[in-house]
Amino acid sequence: MSDIAAPRSSTRSRSLKGGGRNRSGQTNFELYSWLFMRLSGLALVVLVLGHLFVNLMLGGGITALDFAFVAGKWANPLWQVWDLLMLWLAMLHGTNGMRTIINDYAEKDQTRFWLKALLITASIVVVVLGTLVIFTFDPCLDPSSTLSVCK
Amino acid sequence: MPSKPVGTLYRGREGMWSWVAHRITGVGIFFFLLVHVLDTALVRVSPEAYNEVIGTYKNPIVGLMEVGLVGAILFHAFNGIRLILVDFWAKGPRNQRKLMIGVGVVWVVLFVPFVIRHLMHVFGG
Repeated sequence: MSDIAAPRSSTRSRSLKGGGRNRSGQTNFELYSWLFMRLSGLALVVLVLGHLFVNLMLGGGITALDFAFVAGKWANPLWQVWDLLMLWLAMLHGTNGMRTIINDYAEKDQTRFWLKALLITASIVVVVLGTLVIFTFDPCLDPSSTLSVCK
Repeated sequence: MPSKPVGTLYRGREGMWSWVAHRITGVGIFFFLLVHVLDTALVRVSPEAYNEVIGTYKNPIVGLMEVGLVGAILFHAFNGIRLILVDFWAKGPRNQRKLMIGVGVVWVVLFVPFVIRHLMHVFGG
């Protein structure tokens, strides 16, 4: 191992090759993506730490997690919106982070293309599935439910 | 540009290692998130399907993995706030070492109580 004075990235950044066009027709995509990581990150600190606190620290914690627990939460619109925001922001934040990592480590254009195609496909499937689940979920699916909305 | 950047260090101090740790925790959390949305989606199938899968998580091994997950999330969260402060706060870069210590302090203060309470749940305390 040897110390180097500066990061060994090419002066012609690869990420610009993907996001922008050229010097005259360049988009600000990378700037907005950089800003998005910081703004979504701040929101996620509140959303995720709140989620962890309520689900793992209050009550019986992990031992109390079951269908009835999820049903009780999603019977409340506040938690539906909370979880929806968390799902979208976390997936966009995570997908964009993975995109940065692919840009950094995958050197061949072909490899980069297929890794990104796989990443984006997986992300779309998860976001669409998660959104549908939050909004089409029936908390009264369990016949023994004691929730007030199911009576 | 060398084609093999393996085996080199970028200064190799806490700034580089926090960057490495931010990447590793970020990737780990991302893959957990994919699985987490998929297993939670089972509530749409049936209460039995969801409870059965979640039931397989209720053992000491997964309980310890959850400790690792929360440790990673707490680091990623507060190291991210440090990054924002270095980027946007005029005095951020000058105080970067103090900010780094702050991340460590907040991490310990939140992580230790979490581990105690979570392990009490996991091991039935």
